[in-house]
Amino acid sequence: MNLFSRKTTPLKKLTPENIAVNIESLSVELNNKVVLDNISMRIPAYSITSIIGQSGCGKTTLLNSMNRMNELITDHKITGHIWMDKRDINHKRENVARLRTNVGMVFQQPNPFPMTIYENVGFGLKLQQQYSRRQIDDAIEKALINAGLWDEVKDRLHEPAMILSGGQQQRLMIARALALKPQILLLDEPTSALDPLATLFIEELMQSLKQHTTIVMVTHNMQQAARISDYTAFIHKGELIEYTDSDSLFTQPKHKQTEDYITGRYG
Amino acid sequence: MAHIDFNTHISVSFNKELEDLRNAVLVMGGEVEQQLLNVIQAIQFNEASRAEKVVLNDMRINQLEVEIDKECLRILATRNPTASDLRLVMTVSKTTTDIERMGDEIARVAKYISQGIFQIDEQIKLNTIVLGEEIIKMMQKTFDAFARQDVQSAALVFERDDIIDAKYEHIMLMLKDRLRHEVEQLDNWLAIMSGLRALERIGDHCKNLCEYIIYLAGGQDIRHTSTKKMQKKIKALISP
Repeated sequence: MNLFSRKTTPLKKLTPENIAVNIESLSVELNNKVVLDNISMRIPAYSITSIIGQSGCGKTTLLNSMNRMNELITDHKITGHIWMDKRDINHKRENVARLRTNVGMVFQQPNPFPMTIYENVGFGLKLQQQYSRRQIDDAIEKALINAGLWDEVKDRLHEPAMILSGGQQQRLMIARALALKPQILLLDEPTSALDPLATLFIEELMQSLKQHTTIVMVTHNMQQAARISDYTAFIHKGELIEYTDSDSLFTQPKHKQTEDYITGRYG
Repeated sequence: MAHIDFNTHISVSFNKELEDLRNAVLVMGGEVEQQLLNVIQAIQFNEASRAEKVVLNDMRINQLEVEIDKECLRILATRNPTASDLRLVMTVSKTTTDIERMGDEIARVAKYISQGIFQIDEQIKLNTIVLGEEIIKMMQKTFDAFARQDVQSAALVFERDDIIDAKYEHIMLMLKDRLRHEVEQLDNWLAIMSGLRALERIGDHCKNLCEYIIYLAGGQDIRHTSTKKMQKKIKALISP
């Protein structure tokens, strides 16, 4: 008898076609310091995966690895592979612009451009110079609907984005990323600057977005990781200590370090 | 009247999880109710094979308790529930323990029947069936009160336990009389007494469940309080 509808497929049971990102032996050195050490993990498609760990453990670096943002740091050394759609994104011939279209990113602080709401969402599409005005209009509307913002801004699309509240601005950032129809959405502490209610709205939005997009999120809020993510990875000093479905990690962690971290014994 | 709507969270998935949890208790309750119906029929028609099935099916009820408890633990760990949500999770966890024990009491009677040591004459049989039917009614009203989080209905179930206790005492008097005259069948009479005691205990578990329902819906803990205080608390909840 199936009493409970919530079910997360254990990582071991995932088939290759269910994997959106396959990270193999990834090591990252930034400014001569090892930040990530031999990380291997498979991120399931159409799910929410959280990365948790104390400050400076390498969470954001791992997230940035998935759209090659670490290369913006002058002194970097990256080894290992990150497979997406059978392509190693770390390959030197990989088209980084195309990669960043496929892998959208939203940061901790909403950072709208000093433009209108409409221009903010359509910015990436316009840059690509391959869409008609009508196509862009449609894509903007769709992105705002998917980001749960359309009803609130449809009558003021040409007003400055800065007039929106913090929670609305963050949803605008998600809409901006969604307009490019990314396969993967990276969220770096997306709600840490928001109040509890705006946080819940973003979390609920993430639940609906995962129907079409794979979401990887870095969060300091363990309760948030427990609440909304299907899978959780715990990183400590650049090493992947434990990575499993969130239900198991938050009820029966296998490693003492994970137990100590999630129960607030250190970190 | 105190009533909590668990379907109003911003998180739709949390709504679903709480709804599933509540429904799981009703599923488990339905199973136990069916077990009791079967055991009463087994008594009525002296059906050892039906009683054997009841004994076997008790494993299923035990499994439901484990599953529901696991889900309670998961929700506590991942959702950090508060206020009425927390009361629901805690209530469900305690409720399933009592329902599982009801299942054990039923299985105990079924075991005696399947072993052929629950041989009773027609008069005691009739009284036992009446007792069983009264317990089924009490159980149904308890689960109904749980489903509707109805403090008033839960409070009324308390009174039904007095009816059950009276019927149980009545049968025990008859049994004592038989025992005096048929000492050679001591094992049989002891099994019957133990079986009847098990049935009576189901009423006590229903009472426990009602206490949890009142705590869930009204936030008032009425356990281990005097009848007077309890009635006062319930009255305040029903007509604040």
